[in-house]
Amino acid sequence: MTKNTLATGLIWLASILVSGVFFWLLSDILIHGLPHLSWSFLADAPKNAGRSGGIAPIIVSTLLILAVAMVTAAPLSLATAVLLSEFTRYDSVFGRLVRRSLDVLAGVPSIVFGLFGNAFFCIYLDLGFSILSGGLTLACMVLPILIRTAEEGLQATPNDYRLAAAALGMSRSAALVHLLLPTATPALVAGLMLGIGRAVAETAALIFTSGYVDRMPDSLFDSGRALSVHIYDLSMNVAGGDANAYSSALVLILILLIINSIAMSLAKHWLHRSDVTV
Amino acid sequence: MSLSRADRQLATLLRGCALLAAAIVLLILLFLVKESWPVLRHVALIRFVSDASWHPVDGLYKLTPMLSATFYSTLGAVLLATPLGVASALFSRYYAPPFLAGCYRRLIELLAGIPSVVYGFWGLITLAPLIGNLHPPGVSLLAGILVLTLMILPTVALTADAALAAVPIAYLRGAAALGLSRWGLISGVALPAARSGIIAGIMLAAGRAIGETMAVLMVAGNVVQQPLGLFDSVRTLTANIALEMAYATGDHRAALFVSGLALMSTVLVLVGTAELLAREPHHD
Repeated sequence: MTKNTLATGLIWLASILVSGVFFWLLSDILIHGLPHLSWSFLADAPKNAGRSGGIAPIIVSTLLILAVAMVTAAPLSLATAVLLSEFTRYDSVFGRLVRRSLDVLAGVPSIVFGLFGNAFFCIYLDLGFSILSGGLTLACMVLPILIRTAEEGLQATPNDYRLAAAALGMSRSAALVHLLLPTATPALVAGLMLGIGRAVAETAALIFTSGYVDRMPDSLFDSGRALSVHIYDLSMNVAGGDANAYSSALVLILILLIINSIAMSLAKHWLHRSDVTV
Repeated sequence: MSLSRADRQLATLLRGCALLAAAIVLLILLFLVKESWPVLRHVALIRFVSDASWHPVDGLYKLTPMLSATFYSTLGAVLLATPLGVASALFSRYYAPPFLAGCYRRLIELLAGIPSVVYGFWGLITLAPLIGNLHPPGVSLLAGILVLTLMILPTVALTADAALAAVPIAYLRGAAALGLSRWGLISGVALPAARSGIIAGIMLAAGRAIGETMAVLMVAGNVVQQPLGLFDSVRTLTANIALEMAYATGDHRAALFVSGLALMSTVLVLVGTAELLAREPHHD
């Protein structure tokens, strides 16, 4: 009986410890980041290597990198997911091969993506340190997440839809466009949000692909500094950059929280809907 | 059911896309090997261990200080995160009242979503000075271990939670019918039944810890030296790549790609093992 009590105590203690550290981290960033956070911080360019001024060009670069990553990765992953879920049997050799290779891709460390992006996009394809290189590197990185969530979403659509469409003589493509994709849309968007979340949080893969330049980018071939790289640079390489690093970290966390909540509510909405239709 | 012509065309297009997606991992391997080839060609692998020091510009490629830093920081983080993560999963599944369990699970998910650079920043500003008060310089192996622990804890907790959820309810009812205490039920029935899933989660977490760059780069001090204690500044394999890629050229650059290749292989072995473990049918 004492063992039981001891275990209960330890498990509560561990959970309180974990929550405590979580709130410590969050409150630390809130307390130090909030005072500096203002409209001008979001709308101004960084001055004095980022010690003062704002983060406007950095937000623009971050959004551009994300846009490149998602515009490339989303169609590719949707096509792959549709193939895996609708056009191949689950146990086919081709399907297994693709799934296995994506599992491996999901395990590759982000710094290795950075090395690859630098060697392939920056140098081999001659894109240089640019928003395009960074975005394409991130596209490779988020591909496994996007494909897995899209595949799950498609597989969760009721099989009755496929049978009914076939009974009506609809082609597979028509059933896909008019029935399956619309039904799976919330799941697809939720997956997209997860991918964006992962991409926004990424730093190591971007340092050697999209680079450090903190000016407003003129085109996708310019180097652009992502928000996460900005936090890294301010805290490691710029003495006295901590205040702005705190505010940037707060902005990054807020962006992630918003993306995360959208993904969660969509996933919930979609679960609810499939409950009703099955 | 035969496919129409349009369907067959679509299938071909999709197959092309899937092939492209599947080929990326091969492309990554190919480019890692291509870029590290200049060094791999004329430097024997043993020299990455047996050389006198890490001075790649002078042709000295000793990677052991970085390898041991990566090893110790991962080991420490796994040793700390495993009990905390498993306890977290047990808490939300068997101990907490339903409302609290939901909140706690959400908290762990949020913890998983915090970017590594934010962990690193917080560790550098808050944790490292605290450790520095105890024993300078503060940016140390210990700081690296603690930040990594926080980062991989959600992986352990969420996979353990999923593994515990998959334990057949009949096992638990049987244990309850035998009059086992709550801890008796957990230690005698639930944990053994969920064991392979939990171990798979720990493997995945170890893979994340080895591959993590930003957090350790920011808190571990980055001195190339064999760590002798928890308070020593160390540089991990990933941090070494991040720090030196900016200016490395020629053989130096190739040596960094070699360490990238080594990282990728290690992580792949871990992920592969985790997958095998997870697939092993653990409930009859």
